[in-house]
Amino acid sequence: MHNNHSMMSRRRFAAGFALGSVALALPFPALALNVDQARALIDKAVGEINSTIASGKSETAMFADFERIFSRYADVPVIARSTLGVAAKSASAAQMASFTKAFQGYISRKYGRRFREFIGGKIEVVDAKAVKSYFEVITVATLKGESPFDLRWHVSDKSGKNLFFNIIIEGINMLASERAEIGAILDKRKGDIDALIADLKAI
Amino acid sequence: MIVTIPSLSTARLTIVSGCATLALMAGCAQPIAPVAINDPYEVENRDMHAFNVAADRSIIKPFALAVGQPGGGPVQIGIGNFANNLALPGDALNNLLQLRLGKAVENTLRFGINTVVGVGGIFDPATTAGVMGKKSDFGETLYVWGVDEGAYVELPLLGPSTQRDALGEVVDSVINPVGLLLPSPESYIGTVAKVASKISDRARYSETFDSVLYDSADGYAQARLLYLENRRFELGQTTGDAGYIDPYEDPYAQ
Repeated sequence: MHNNHSMMSRRRFAAGFALGSVALALPFPALALNVDQARALIDKAVGEINSTIASGKSETAMFADFERIFSRYADVPVIARSTLGVAAKSASAAQMASFTKAFQGYISRKYGRRFREFIGGKIEVVDAKAVKSYFEVITVATLKGESPFDLRWHVSDKSGKNLFFNIIIEGINMLASERAEIGAILDKRKGDIDALIADLKAI
Repeated sequence: MIVTIPSLSTARLTIVSGCATLALMAGCAQPIAPVAINDPYEVENRDMHAFNVAADRSIIKPFALAVGQPGGGPVQIGIGNFANNLALPGDALNNLLQLRLGKAVENTLRFGINTVVGVGGIFDPATTAGVMGKKSDFGETLYVWGVDEGAYVELPLLGPSTQRDALGEVVDSVINPVGLLLPSPESYIGTVAKVASKISDRARYSETFDSVLYDSADGYAQARLLYLENRRFELGQTTGDAGYIDPYEDPYAQ
């Protein structure tokens, strides 16, 4: 399916999943996802995000942590392909692999910066429910001197694994924002995917 | 698909006033949650966005960072609390107009606690006591009365808004109880606090502002999307699967 993944991230992915499945005691191969498994997945992911934001590490070290968490718990190839939209059709396998890898770093830094704003606070799972063919796990980020933030995670097993494919922060939809953003960069670059990849690496 | 929503016209305002009367009796039907972006004034809005970015770059950001700091210190949190507290009577008034009596009581109680125990609102003991309150505005009241969102507009210095929310801002500045009850010049304290709080927030969330205004390939489109999505969420229009995008069913996904 997503065999155009780079070796590096495939290994990381595999290792991540192996660790994840031990920790979560997920059956392998994954059975149909239920609401408790979706909740447990996000519980584990926000647990790791909380440890990272409380670690006091440098920004660069935190970004590396966020990238590892993102690649382990999110369906990165599907998210990346979806944000590229129609341009994914004309991209070569090599371009898709390299775009997916660049996108993974870009999104980890971008959302890592937002998560770094929660330093001193923490994220907690408060609810999980089935919506249509996916699960929505609701978490709340609490921070001193702030109203609590509403963070929602959309989880699916359509990739064959339990992974999240979207984050919604106070109503702001990651997939929608990134489709607009990636589309805007691509427009600026007159549709040149290699230039887009180079731009993403630099952001 | 973009559904064209007519701008606020006289006919619409008649419907609004009719609706307001109805709302007082039985509550008005909520407008259908908009999912598309309605931006017929995009050309003018983009010009205004360029003006706002230039104003931010040359004046607002440098000033904010000179008086405040990223992340915010105790003074900035105090300014934010003070401004939020002075906005509470207006919030409660809007709650009454929305017939949300529970929220009106909560916001009034919050105002009492924070004004008395929180030293004029500089501290926020009400939150600690579990009296969270909820911000409101006349834009929300218009929504409750059934007024459509209208077109997206970017306002000078105030930034992203909609026709409904822009009208709400104007009405809020007129009906604000703090402004109406205090003698001049004390009546301007709410406005001054609000401006100070916005400048403080520009420094406090400096990175977030920068990421949209300067780092995005199309900052205008990002600001527009972020505003509309967040506002619709605030108004409670995005319950259920409104935010659902299925990347697995994307025709280009495979």
